[in-house]
Amino acid sequence: MFRYLLEKEFKLIFRNKIFVAIIFVFPIMALILMPFAANFEIKHTRVTVIDNDHSSYSSQLINRISSNKYFQLSSISTNYSSAKDEIEKNDADVILTIDKDFEKNFINGKPTLPIISANAVNGMKGSIGAAYLMNCINEFLSDKKPSIAPIQSTYQLKVAENYLYNKTLNYKLFMVPALMVMLLTIICGFLPALNIVGEKENGTIEQINVTPISRFYFILSKLIPYWIIGTFVISIGFLVAWVLYGITPSGNILVCYLFSFVFILTVSGLGLILSNYAHTYHQAMFMMFFFLIILILMSGLFTPIRSMPEWTQWIAKVSPLRYYIEAMRAVYIKGSGVSNLIPQLTYLTSFAIIFNLIAVWSYRKKN
Amino acid sequence: METVIKVENLIKRFGNFTAVDNISFEVKKGEIFGFLGANGAGKTTVMRMLCGLSKPSSGKAIVAGFDVDKDAEEIKKRIGYMSQKFSLYEDLKVWENIKLFAGIYGVKKTDIKAKTDELLRELGFESERETYVKALPLGWKQKLAFSVAIFHEPKVVFLDEPTGGVDPATRRTFWELIYKAAEKGITCFVTTHYMDEAEYCDRVSIMVDGRIDALDTPKRLKEIYSAKNMDEVFQHLAKKAERQAD
Repeated sequence: MFRYLLEKEFKLIFRNKIFVAIIFVFPIMALILMPFAANFEIKHTRVTVIDNDHSSYSSQLINRISSNKYFQLSSISTNYSSAKDEIEKNDADVILTIDKDFEKNFINGKPTLPIISANAVNGMKGSIGAAYLMNCINEFLSDKKPSIAPIQSTYQLKVAENYLYNKTLNYKLFMVPALMVMLLTIICGFLPALNIVGEKENGTIEQINVTPISRFYFILSKLIPYWIIGTFVISIGFLVAWVLYGITPSGNILVCYLFSFVFILTVSGLGLILSNYAHTYHQAMFMMFFFLIILILMSGLFTPIRSMPEWTQWIAKVSPLRYYIEAMRAVYIKGSGVSNLIPQLTYLTSFAIIFNLIAVWSYRKKN
Repeated sequence: METVIKVENLIKRFGNFTAVDNISFEVKKGEIFGFLGANGAGKTTVMRMLCGLSKPSSGKAIVAGFDVDKDAEEIKKRIGYMSQKFSLYEDLKVWENIKLFAGIYGVKKTDIKAKTDELLRELGFESERETYVKALPLGWKQKLAFSVAIFHEPKVVFLDEPTGGVDPATRRTFWELIYKAAEKGITCFVTTHYMDEAEYCDRVSIMVDGRIDALDTPKRLKEIYSAKNMDEVFQHLAKKAERQAD
């Protein structure tokens, strides 16, 4: 009995051309595009310079800045108001004002500070851009006259840098495993949700409801295909990460699969619950968006959970994405094994069980 | 004669609204039972209760020997259902739909194959075996849906306006299928808005405002209301309705 139901699900999924396209194209596109978009390095900060000194030092400083890959010299302005215009027109991000006696004071050992004004509409970009520029100026000054202490502070501690695990601070190594989580969430969360609602809209669910099929088997027939598709999608993800970025898990890939299996059940379960409450595609889509956006923002994908306020950290505790992302990053970057990830596995498994029980319970053959 | 459907004092309320108001009737094995009523009279609600899709507020209904309230799943094994809205899978082929529903009802694999061939031959659908259901004309879809609903040889088949939107010629052949099913001993519980179809039924009940106001053979009903045809009978009764049709 169940075999027939499962056969029908597979046929219907693979006869839907859009589904098939999503299954194949989406993971590849996502892994090609998203690591470049979800990039936290601040590059190409556009600097406009007001050079009041016109000395050889000031022009050397300007050269130094324009040759740095983090900056782009957008223009040389004659005064502050024209420089500010540049910012308002969004042609520049940072204004660097060089004092009239920059060179003279510097040689005399009493350097005057160039002034940095940064556009802080995007706070992170502004502050990081200004800090980079400060570093660049400091380097320039200490090259010129090593005896002079850097401007920033009267004394500076030299920090011994020793980055663990991700030695080169490659953000792709950090983002790619997490993006695979997004992939699975969208494919294995959205599609099953739309599936049941589709049966409601077509009226076929009515026909199924008058048959002796049990709720459990009906839900299972919806879960299994997405479980298999999800496994396939994540495999494409592993492959693309390796071919394109040379990123492979430093731990055992089977641990990644283990977590993926449990996670797919979790998000599919969530999708199925929503589809039981939605009556139309539109309702299902909007509910899914609502939950996904919250879960993704709370997952630590883009921002560290520990820097959130305490009350949102509590919400983050119930985001299954968070545990899967933590596990994937740990396996990929640190090479963790299952024994290091017992809490994550426990949480995810509990979510999977709870969500799917609710899905079976909330599917009503009768009203 | 064996009683297949037995309804006693059945009531269904939605909030303050009483959709089905204390109805009682019986249907015998192999009978074609016409279940008439204006839109909003409560026909579909009754049918949904008898199929175990909806819980009665009070009263009792026994279908194929089981109580709809307690043993809905047992009833579902023994009935067929064809809804108002076409509800086979449009993206499955003709034979795949037959196989799916036959399989769900536990028909043996070898039987499915043999019976599918026989069914397609009877319907003259042999050339459409591999056709996607969405490509069939409505009349054919309805015949297929009915055949799928009785494929597992249920005790009762519930037909909710099976011929809505179908042309007169196809409606005739559809009713031939119903007669054939009834001859095999399958009780047919049919709702319809076509009064010529009501004449084809063994017995007819007419629902007005959630109550059954008349129940008898078409011949007797016409005598009682001294009407020429079922249409007049229906008009006479439906006139009394106070409920607004939705």
